[in-house]
Amino acid sequence: MSEEEKKDYAESPINLEYHYTAGSATTRFLNQVKEGKIVGQSCPKCSAVYVPPRGSCPRCGVATNIEVPLTDKGCIESFTIVHIPIPGNPIVPPYVCAMIRLDGANISFLHLIQGIDVEEIRIGMRIQAVWKPKDEWTHSLENIKWFTPIDEPDVDVATLRFQES
Amino acid sequence: MIQAGVIGVGQTKYDAKRRDVSMGGLVREAIDNAMLAADIEWDAIDAVILGKAPDMFEGVVMPELYLADAIGAVGKPVLRVHTAGSVGGSTGVIAATHVCSGQFKTVLTVTFEKQSESNATWALSPRYPYSPHINAGAGGYFAPFIREYIRRYDAPEHIGWKVAVKDRLNALKNPLAHLHIPGIDEKMVSDTPMLWEPLRYLESCPSSDGACAMVITSKDLVGSRDVAWIKGMAVRSEGTLSAGRDEVNPQAGIDCAKDIYDQAGITNPYKEIDCAEIYVPFSWYEPMWLENLGFCGLGEGWKLTDKDATAIDGEMPFNMSGGVMSSNPIGASGMIRFGEAALQVMGKANDHQVEDAKVAMGHAYGGAAQFFAMWIVSSSLD
Repeated sequence: MSEEEKKDYAESPINLEYHYTAGSATTRFLNQVKEGKIVGQSCPKCSAVYVPPRGSCPRCGVATNIEVPLTDKGCIESFTIVHIPIPGNPIVPPYVCAMIRLDGANISFLHLIQGIDVEEIRIGMRIQAVWKPKDEWTHSLENIKWFTPIDEPDVDVATLRFQES
Repeated sequence: MIQAGVIGVGQTKYDAKRRDVSMGGLVREAIDNAMLAADIEWDAIDAVILGKAPDMFEGVVMPELYLADAIGAVGKPVLRVHTAGSVGGSTGVIAATHVCSGQFKTVLTVTFEKQSESNATWALSPRYPYSPHINAGAGGYFAPFIREYIRRYDAPEHIGWKVAVKDRLNALKNPLAHLHIPGIDEKMVSDTPMLWEPLRYLESCPSSDGACAMVITSKDLVGSRDVAWIKGMAVRSEGTLSAGRDEVNPQAGIDCAKDIYDQAGITNPYKEIDCAEIYVPFSWYEPMWLENLGFCGLGEGWKLTDKDATAIDGEMPFNMSGGVMSSNPIGASGMIRFGEAALQVMGKANDHQVEDAKVAMGHAYGGAAQFFAMWIVSSSLD
């Protein structure tokens, strides 16, 4: 072996397989998502609405046992345009990854924005979900292909901050 | 009052690929340098505290066991710490807490990452069950927070370029730094490709291999050694998905800073702290943390950066070593901040020494900006 070919390291890919247990709160949420509905969960103490729900309110440490049906409309709390390929990620850049705040929810989640020139995307812009065909729906937020802008006035994101009433 | 101090800081050379050493060799390089600086023998070490970021980063699970020989932990109590990117800081706090407990007189602490053995962006961008696969590494996660900061306070885009240049010019004074980019200027930064808008390539930290170690001892064993006295230390965290959370200005960061200032008797950090090593992995986090840590009011951080207050000869020097922007072995990056703060007040920071530095701050954050660790070190105990 020539000096150039000598390697002082070896590639050794590893795999990790695991079983994920959704738990009761996520199961309730995903069963609704399967039907094309978004149902958040609210804290019985401070009334904060979580979507997707994790089963408890981090503020109060109590179970979010109140179901709160939400629409699939909301606004862009903030966003980034990803220009580089991410290892293991199937999406081809550039793509827009946004913090989506649904109407009536008090936290946001990440999803894609499409259907608009990226230069025109703004914080506070009103958006709505674009769903996959019904026969493709599963227990996943992937049932929503992406969110797309709708013709409604922008929201002042400062008003989105949760205040305990 | 905390009756403990740092008597030795040891670092490796930081680089993209340290293929000349194994993981064990890497941590031992930092440890040997710390033990030499502390002028101490192995039998004086009562416990070893190791920290690093997710095990997925190298694919070695519970490396503190595999590394027991290299870190000198055989037959001694060993503890592993993991709080994402803040781990280097929280590991320092936990090591010092062991000394404060009175159960351990002298503690060795070491943190590391060998990023070249895997791919951190891959490890941070897994497919989560029941969700679209759109995570895009740490930059993809923090970029929306940065965009909201810029919108909220109408900050001009050159602020990010300015931090990127300032930290890399400081790195030229630090031979251990990973990135040495002679002639870097704002045009060079603004000409680099956009990665996660609004962050460009040179506004982002590198992926580095490296380790940092410290020896912390109790007051009665310091003797005639150089020492950085720990005047205040704290960790805080907050719920990542908690309603009402402000990702731009996290409450846990505000509370953690207030705690260490109170412990150290600091009422005006801008005036009373001589220099700070603050965890800035993406350029815009300098103005964001200036505000979060109380060095100025909300919306004023970018103005301080703009008027060069954070330059090495400015009123509030930030990241004299080049910071995370110039060297980023993730698990060690927080301890490098803590260790560099100690070196400043010991007068041992060589070419990147702030003249007459007596009080310095070390800071680390991690995860989704929900974990914080900070300390204040001083050249005098009183």
